Amino acid sequence: MIYKVISKPEFRAFVDALVRANTSYGPRQVDTDRHGDPIYQFMPVSSADDIAFDYTVTTSSAKHLLMPFRGELSRFNFSDSDWKQQVNYETQPIVLIGLRPCDISAINILDEVMLKGPYPSPYYLARRKNTFIIGMDHLPLPDCFCKSMNRHTVNHGFSLFCSDIGDRYYLSINSAKAFSCLKEFQLDDPTDEDNCRLIERRKLIKHSFETNIEVSGLPVFLDIEFDSPIWQKWGEKCLSCGSCAMVCPTCYCYSVEEQFDLDLKGSTRESHLYSCNLVDFAQVAGGHNFRPRSGDRLKYRYYHHYRGFAANDNQQICVGCNRCGRTCLANINPKDVINDLRLERESCLTCVSTSPDKA
Amino acid sequence: MNHLGFELEKIKIASFDFTCCEGCQLQLANRESNLPDFLALLDIRNFREISSERLDDYDIALVEGSITRSDEIKRLKSIREKAKVLVAFGACACFGGVNVLKNKFPQEETIRTVYKDKLVETMPAAKISDFVTVDYSIPGCPVSKKEVEEVVVGLVTRSLVTLPKYPVCVECKQRLNTCLFDLGEVCLGPISRAGCDAVCPSGKTPCLGCRGPADGINYASFTELVRDKGLSLEEMREKLAFYNGFEDYLSHEG
Repeated sequence: MIYKVISKPEFRAFVDALVRANTSYGPRQVDTDRHGDPIYQFMPVSSADDIAFDYTVTTSSAKHLLMPFRGELSRFNFSDSDWKQQVNYETQPIVLIGLRPCDISAINILDEVMLKGPYPSPYYLARRKNTFIIGMDHLPLPDCFCKSMNRHTVNHGFSLFCSDIGDRYYLSINSAKAFSCLKEFQLDDPTDEDNCRLIERRKLIKHSFETNIEVSGLPVFLDIEFDSPIWQKWGEKCLSCGSCAMVCPTCYCYSVEEQFDLDLKGSTRESHLYSCNLVDFAQVAGGHNFRPRSGDRLKYRYYHHYRGFAANDNQQICVGCNRCGRTCLANINPKDVINDLRLERESCLTCVSTSPDKA
Repeated sequence: MNHLGFELEKIKIASFDFTCCEGCQLQLANRESNLPDFLALLDIRNFREISSERLDDYDIALVEGSITRSDEIKRLKSIREKAKVLVAFGACACFGGVNVLKNKFPQEETIRTVYKDKLVETMPAAKISDFVTVDYSIPGCPVSKKEVEEVVVGLVTRSLVTLPKYPVCVECKQRLNTCLFDLGEVCLGPISRAGCDAVCPSGKTPCLGCRGPADGINYASFTELVRDKGLSLEEMREKLAFYNGFEDYLSHEG
């Protein structure tokens, strides 16, 4: 990692040059909500003017730019009695601007899932290798809980990361490509004062979190609470609409669908991002549904996020961005569900026993 | 047609309209870019919008429209007798559609409003499954041509054809739309069947549920949501009644 500082106008000029030369995505205001607050999404940008550098949070994550909601896996061409399969991993390089530490952490988690297993995804690999990521720090929103998940800082997975130290950005340069792109711009070595400002900035961010969730020991806790009535209670609220998984930066489950061309001379196989909350997620051939109740489906989403990967891979895949919580029309959010679960157990009278007799 | 060594047959199809705008049938003749390929899969026996042939032997009957006259019941039943597979085609056939809105008013008043003093026989508008067995339903107002193509290809190749079971929200989120509830609108997206690619919310028009309810919807939670956001329950009921797809839920509410 190389550390430099850059003035904000110079940074803007750098981003402008980068964006003009590449297919790029950055935060843009797309709407104003009923309370007058801006709504942002990661959208195509073609100049620095398009980018809302001071954005708060995007409604949806940047996941779909690495794992498209609908992506072609292969094409088939039929002849009289034979067929040929074509697989295309080629992808266009893209630039992603303005990702938060939690968003970059989420991509690092997707890397683990998609690339480190026994069957790495070549589709994901191609996109990931061709993605240039500029991260930017921010002060947490009142409902961000990435600090609880230890995802409020990130030290890899980006090309370049910018910390706001007032009139300048403190740059962490993490790729040769980023370094060579920056060569044409005025960079300075950080002074002692810059270093102090960076430390101050980090402290400020760290102490600005208003939402904390107790996640230590959560995997074991979830094991114990598998049959808790809490799940049906929250399940009764759940609309099973899948919105949480669509906006989530780490929900990666997908279905595979095949469709003939209308002329029957070929067909396409596609991956479609799916959600474990959807009614037929666990429906199998023959029609049996392993999870017909919404409470069971909701439970498995929480288990996947907070237990499964913690047990298998020593990390929880939730990064604490709370996009699911903000998007959920039924007011279901990780903080309330997890607190409810803990409260239920902690208020359980049969668990409150006296200390074991020493005698 | 030979396909991977298998001999495939064109499907003998007929299309009929009852009380409707014939817009769903018109979709069959839409999308000119692949229309020749689409028609190559069909042996059209009876379809007044695109052919002058009137043949009575068909395997699949597409039925558009709701039923509003007694002679329509007779005609529908005779189609049912001839067809191996009867498909309710579009929101009117599936749920009764917008025509059902007239059922809220006294019959004489509706006749007078439209036909003045002319004598017209009419009855409350109803979906076709009130009179005949329906094998498949392709909902929508209008139906999505793309979905119809998938169904036709599925029938020709004898492969599995299904409609999405999940609600419109999935497709709406995939299009990165702003949630219309955040803009203060009552949208039926969370409980309506997907498959339309969220075309209405993408144009900032709330979903009115023309494809009917998704599978296993949570109606109680949806009502709670409308109340919780301080939006009008009356508006919600009006929207639910628009295509009559949520008849069962509204009537249980009393």
